[in-house]
Amino acid sequence: MLITLKLFATFRNGRFKVAEQELPEGTDVRAVVLSLGLTEEEIGIVMLNGRHGELDSKLSDHDTLSLFPLVGGG
Amino acid sequence: MDKIFRVNMTDLTTKIEEVPAAWAGLGGRALTSTIVAAEVPPTCHALSAQNVLCFAPGLLTGTAAANSGRLSAGAKSPLTGGIKESNAGGTAAQMLAKLGIKALIIEGAPKSGTWYNLSVGINGVTINEEKELLGVGNFAVIDAVEQRLGKKTGVLTIGIAGELKMTAANISVKDPDSKIRSHGRGGLGAVMGSKQIKFISIDGEGSKPVTIADPEKFKTAARAFSKALLDHPVSGEGLPTYGTNVLVNILNEAGGLPTRNFTTGQFEGHDKISGETMHDTIAARGGKVKHGCHAGCIIQCSQVYNDKDGKYVTSGFEYETIWGLGADCCIDNLDDIARADNLMDDIGIDSIETAVMFGVAMEAGILNWGDSKEMLRLLTEEIGKGTALGRILGGGAGSVGRTYGVTRVPVVKNQAIPAYDPRSVKGIGITYATSTMGADHTSGYTIATNILNVGGYVDPLKKDGQVELSRNLQIATAAVDSTGMCIFVAFPALDIPECLPALIDMINARFGIALTGDDVTNLGKHVLKLERKFNQEAGLTNVHDRLPDFFKNEPVAPHNAVWDFTDAEIDEFWNF
Repeated sequence: MLITLKLFATFRNGRFKVAEQELPEGTDVRAVVLSLGLTEEEIGIVMLNGRHGELDSKLSDHDTLSLFPLVGGG
Repeated sequence: MDKIFRVNMTDLTTKIEEVPAAWAGLGGRALTSTIVAAEVPPTCHALSAQNVLCFAPGLLTGTAAANSGRLSAGAKSPLTGGIKESNAGGTAAQMLAKLGIKALIIEGAPKSGTWYNLSVGINGVTINEEKELLGVGNFAVIDAVEQRLGKKTGVLTIGIAGELKMTAANISVKDPDSKIRSHGRGGLGAVMGSKQIKFISIDGEGSKPVTIADPEKFKTAARAFSKALLDHPVSGEGLPTYGTNVLVNILNEAGGLPTRNFTTGQFEGHDKISGETMHDTIAARGGKVKHGCHAGCIIQCSQVYNDKDGKYVTSGFEYETIWGLGADCCIDNLDDIARADNLMDDIGIDSIETAVMFGVAMEAGILNWGDSKEMLRLLTEEIGKGTALGRILGGGAGSVGRTYGVTRVPVVKNQAIPAYDPRSVKGIGITYATSTMGADHTSGYTIATNILNVGGYVDPLKKDGQVELSRNLQIATAAVDSTGMCIFVAFPALDIPECLPALIDMINARFGIALTGDDVTNLGKHVLKLERKFNQEAGLTNVHDRLPDFFKNEPVAPHNAVWDFTDAEIDEFWNF
């Protein structure tokens, strides 16, 4: 399956902003996080198609997965 | 001992008063709102002599407590018609606190057309006629005051917008680099203009460190508090790196970034105006990525933004301004937005109200979507010169909507709705609706829990739990706004168990008292109820605690969310 992976803030350092990835069916968010060399603890916000997701969320074909460290503002 | 400095602009007299016993335990917002409620007839015209403009440092301002340098300004708002507290950084709050000034109260208004400046010092206030600096922008006022009175002088000033009593006018505060922080919201600059005061200078000569009843206890608590601020990823890393503008990409992903005057929730040009892009641009051009708005700020969410030749353009460049001119007006040119930010500081006009106003003005056809050059011209040539069109624009989003017959006008109590769409981030909609201040994200920042996973998580697209979330945050915020603390201390306070007790310990050590967490919550509740009572007596009732109809009738992409709270559900907010 093909997903769009978007990285934000410090996660972009040495990586990329946006990339398409071909992944096996049934891959979850955690596997993507670990494949990037990130740890679970570093993940602040997971968004899957614009809604909040979990590390356990399973990905589907054509999903957009966005990963953010814990950041905030106002 | 702390004193009240009082100025009467009708008879041009000043006096120093003892602090009434009932005000002794109050500071910041709790004190300014108490003064306004006690001394302003709620139904008066906000630009009349009956209104009172007051300034108060917070309970911890002037101490070594990190991030405690915020100044509260209060009055009846000419924009909302209700009570207003607006707080800002800069150097004035700490100077006032160290001079032993618990509050500066300005009442009355001159009967003649003469303009004045006020000089505040340890021995009181003097009222001086002002001729030279009328019609002058804020940056030039700060320069001139420093030349007259010295580099260390504190300055509170109004620009052209305040002189002309535009309801979007703000009050500017000199920051540690002689640039500007603002009491932005609610038109307090127009109130200062109505009293015909161009600027207030503060002379710190003779000031002393504020007294601490229990210095050892204070030091221990202050250390624990600072540690919490630095340990939390939001206040310790995200904010100093990317500033508040880190939110552009997050809200865009969540579909809550109001775009094209709140017609959709995502902006195509989001990455060009994002915090990540801003960070890289500032670093490449030799600006400052980190910057504090007041001495003792350890979060440093501010920055200095240079142009491509490395020349200063603006500082204190905030998410709300960048979102408003960016996504909401479809401008994807960060340099032009930065120029506008600097112009708004100089003219002395709220950058949220004005940015949202431009979205309504584009809807009205006054200028085209995304036309940043015309936006800069309107700021300089119309608002900055006080033309007839400039005064309509300077009246804010509601003013332009009424004048040009626009129906999609994002305001509550006539104050512009900031940078989060209430249909796709429902908790903040409850805050916009119920805030005593008119639409205001800072009065109960549910984005923390709706979007950022700080203080737990409440699904932004569902109604469940939003009223309670907004209520709890508004109560806590009213208390924090009374301490002189920056509201961003809320991020660690929501997640790190040692943070809030350390804050309370600092207050107790400062005054030799024994407040508990419940006392602090009760202070927040008391402030909200006091402010609401004033608003009700001014004519703002439950029917004003509502969002504009278009939020109910127009689903917002990408989630096709609508504002679906019933009136009764919103009114539940006040059940405490």
